[in-house]
Amino acid sequence: MTDFDVLKAEADKVWDDLQSTDGVVYLGTASCGIAAGIGEVKRETERWMAENGADLRLSEVGCIGTCCFEPLVSIQVHGNPPVAYGPVEGRTMGGLLDSIITHKRYPTEALLGSIGDAFGDVPSIWDHPVTATQKRIITENNGIIDPVELEHYISQGGFEGLKKALAMTPDEVIETVLESGLRGRGGAGFPSGRKWQMCRQNRTDKSYMVCNADEGDPGAFMDRSILEGDPYRLLEGLTTASYAIGADEAYIYARAEYPLAIKRLRIAIAKLEEVGFLGEDIMGSGFSLSIHIKEGAGAFVCGEETALLASIEGKRGMPRPRPPYPAQEGLWGKPTVINNVKSLASVPAIMRLGAEHFASIGSEGTKGTAVFALTGKVKYPGLVEVPMGTTIREIVEGIGGGVPDGGKLKAVQTGGPSGGCIPESMLDLPVDFESLQQAGAIMGSGGMVVMDEETCMVDVARYFISFTQYESCGKCPPCRIGTKKMKDILERICDGNGDPGDIEVLEEIGSTVRMGSLCQLGGTAPNPVLSTIKYFREEYEAHISDGRCPAAVCKPLVTYTIEPDECIGCTLCAKNCPVSCIAGAPKEAHVIDQHQCVKCGMCHSICPKDAVKKTSPGRKEVVE
Amino acid sequence: MVTDIRKIIESFKDRKGAIIPALQAVQEAQGYISPESLVTIEDVLGISRNEAYGVATFYSQFRFSKPGEHEVKVCLGTACHVKGGAAIMDIIEDDLGVKAGGTTPDGKFTLERVACMGCCAVAPVIVVDDEIHGKMAPGTAKEIVDRTVSKGVSE
Repeated sequence: MTDFDVLKAEADKVWDDLQSTDGVVYLGTASCGIAAGIGEVKRETERWMAENGADLRLSEVGCIGTCCFEPLVSIQVHGNPPVAYGPVEGRTMGGLLDSIITHKRYPTEALLGSIGDAFGDVPSIWDHPVTATQKRIITENNGIIDPVELEHYISQGGFEGLKKALAMTPDEVIETVLESGLRGRGGAGFPSGRKWQMCRQNRTDKSYMVCNADEGDPGAFMDRSILEGDPYRLLEGLTTASYAIGADEAYIYARAEYPLAIKRLRIAIAKLEEVGFLGEDIMGSGFSLSIHIKEGAGAFVCGEETALLASIEGKRGMPRPRPPYPAQEGLWGKPTVINNVKSLASVPAIMRLGAEHFASIGSEGTKGTAVFALTGKVKYPGLVEVPMGTTIREIVEGIGGGVPDGGKLKAVQTGGPSGGCIPESMLDLPVDFESLQQAGAIMGSGGMVVMDEETCMVDVARYFISFTQYESCGKCPPCRIGTKKMKDILERICDGNGDPGDIEVLEEIGSTVRMGSLCQLGGTAPNPVLSTIKYFREEYEAHISDGRCPAAVCKPLVTYTIEPDECIGCTLCAKNCPVSCIAGAPKEAHVIDQHQCVKCGMCHSICPKDAVKKTSPGRKEVVE
Repeated sequence: MVTDIRKIIESFKDRKGAIIPALQAVQEAQGYISPESLVTIEDVLGISRNEAYGVATFYSQFRFSKPGEHEVKVCLGTACHVKGGAAIMDIIEDDLGVKAGGTTPDGKFTLERVACMGCCAVAPVIVVDDEIHGKMAPGTAKEIVDRTVSKGVSE
C-alpha cells in the first residue's frame, strides 16, 4: 500500500468512528455562527454535560450555508445521523439536549432535518426548500466535517483528485481542466485551463501560483465560508494547479479581515506538510511545493490581479497595464497564474470525478456551479451553490424564500461595487457570465443582495460609488476624479439638492470612467450608477424634481411622525430619543418635535406598535 | 519596547516583499506605526522611510496614531447598509461622542467603519474588541457599546 492508501484507511476509520459515536454535537463555528452566538450555545452545552454527567463529543464545523438558521447545531445519537437545529439559543440548548439525549425524542421546534436520510418523523435537511435545489460541489463538506481535521477531508474523497493529477503529466492535467470548461470564478470568467496553459508555455526557471482570496466585495462571503469550512479543498486545488503550471511556490493572498480563515489555513498547511502532501516530494511524485500566506492590508483594488502581485512584492497595490499578462510576466517578473478561491476549490472535484462530470453541470457557456452569498432583504440569507444557468428568481424566491414580512422585491444586486442592479421584471435571467453582463450587471465573485421597496436605488448607487471612490488607487485620472464627481452629484441628489441634468452628467462621466481606466475597478465602478439609472430612472427624478425619496431612506428627505391613533403611550421612544425631542405623557399619544429631530430612527426601530411612521412627503407638501 | 520592535523587524530581514508583513507585525505589537518604527525599518531592512510610509499609507489597515483601549467597528458593507448600518453608526458616533476613524479624548475608544466582515447573513453587524455581534438595531448596538463603556470605566 502507498502512503496515501494508508492515510485513507486511517481517515475512513476516524470518520466511521465519529459517525457511529453515540453523542456528538456539531457546532456551526464559522464567523457567521460566532456572530450569531454559537459561543453561548457551546458554553450551555458544556454546562449541560457537566450537570448530567454526559460524555458528549463536541465537533466544530464550518458553515453549512443556511446562515439564516444560525446559531446552528447538529446532534447525533442513538445510531441516527446528525440532526440539525437552528436557530438555537444558549437558554434553549439544555432543553433540546434533554429531549434528544435523555428522552430520545426529536422536538419539532427549530428542527431543520437530518444531515443524511430522513428517519422516523425527522425529514432530511436536503429536502428543505432552502437546500433542495442546491447542488453542492465546492461547498459539499461545509458544515459537515471539522475543517481542520485532515482525516475528515480525506474520508470524503479529499486528495484523491491530487493523487490522480500527480500520476498524470502536467499537460494532461491542464487538458482535463480545459475539457471541464472551468471558468475563473473571480468575475471575468476567463477559462482557467487556458490561463494555466499560457503560464506553462511561458515557463522559464521559475513560475508562481497565486490564490486570490482577497474577497473585498462588501456583501460577499463565499470565499470566507470555503476557507473557514473546508480549507483543505482549496489547498488541494492550489497544489494541483501548481503542479500543472510547474510552480514550486504558491501564495494565498487573503483578506486580513478574515482572521479565522487565515488561522485555519495555517493549521491545514502545517498538517499537510507533516504527512507529506506539501513540501518536498509530494506523495512520492517528485513534485515539491511550499505555500505562503500573505495577509492583505485593506485595499479593495488588490483584488485586481496586477495590483495583488504588486502588493505581494511589498509595493503600493496599484494595477499596471496588461499585456504583459501575469501568465507572461507576473510575480517578481516570473510567469504567474492567479486564480480565485472558488476556481481552485472546483479543481479537486474535476480531477476526482472527471472533466465530463463537471461539464455535465451548468449552462451551455458556463460549466459547473455558481456560489452566491445571498443577503439583504431575503427571508433565508446564506451561502447558495446552484448549477450555472439557474434563474435569479429560483435563487431569490425558491431558495431565499423571497422578501420577508410580505415586502415587495424591487431589485437584485450582483457583483458588488462592480456590478449592477437587476430589476424584478428580469429575475428570470439565468445566472451565467454572458446573460448577467448583457443585463448590465456582472456575475462578479458572487455577492447577491436582495433589495425591496424600502431600499432607495439612488442611495444604493451613492453607497457603491462612495466605496469605489474611496478604494480607487488614484493612478488613472478618470477613475480618481470621475468617481469623486459622481459621488458628489449623487450625494447632492440624496440630500434633495439635485439639479435637472444631473442624470445626464452622471451618464456621461460614467462612460468616461469606464473607458479611461486601466483596471476593472474603474472599468466597472460606474455599473451600479448606470444600471440604476437604466432601470430606476423615476427614482432619481423623484429625488431631483420633487425632493422626495420614494423608499423613504435618504435622511434629509425623510420625516418621522407618530400616528396618534396607534400610539399606546408606552414612553419607550421618548426615553430612548438621543435628543429628547419626543413629548407625551404616559398612556397618551406622543409627538415628535420636527425641528429638533435628528432622524436617527431610534423611535422607529424601538416602537412596539409600529406607530412611528417614516415617510418622505416631498417638497410640495412640506411647503403647505 | 524599542529593542522589541527592532527584533521584530529583524525577523523580516532577507525576505522577499517583507515590508507589508513587517509593518503588520509592528502594528500588531504596538498598535500603530510610529515614526520611530519607520526609522528602524530603514535601518534594518534598508527600505527608505519615504517608501515605507508610502506603502503604509496606501493600505487602510495601517494607522499612525495610538488607538484607543477598546475598538468598536461598525460594518457598512452592502448587506449592513441595506439593513440600516448607517443608523447604527450615527447612534454610536453620538454615544461615544467621536466620529468614525477617531479616538475618544480619554483614549478609551476608537471607532472605525469597516466595509464587510463577511457576516452578511446576520447583518447589520458591529464588532467590539474582536467580538462580532449580529442582527443589530440602533437600540441593541448602543446597549452593547454602553456595556463596554461602563466596563472600561470600572477597570
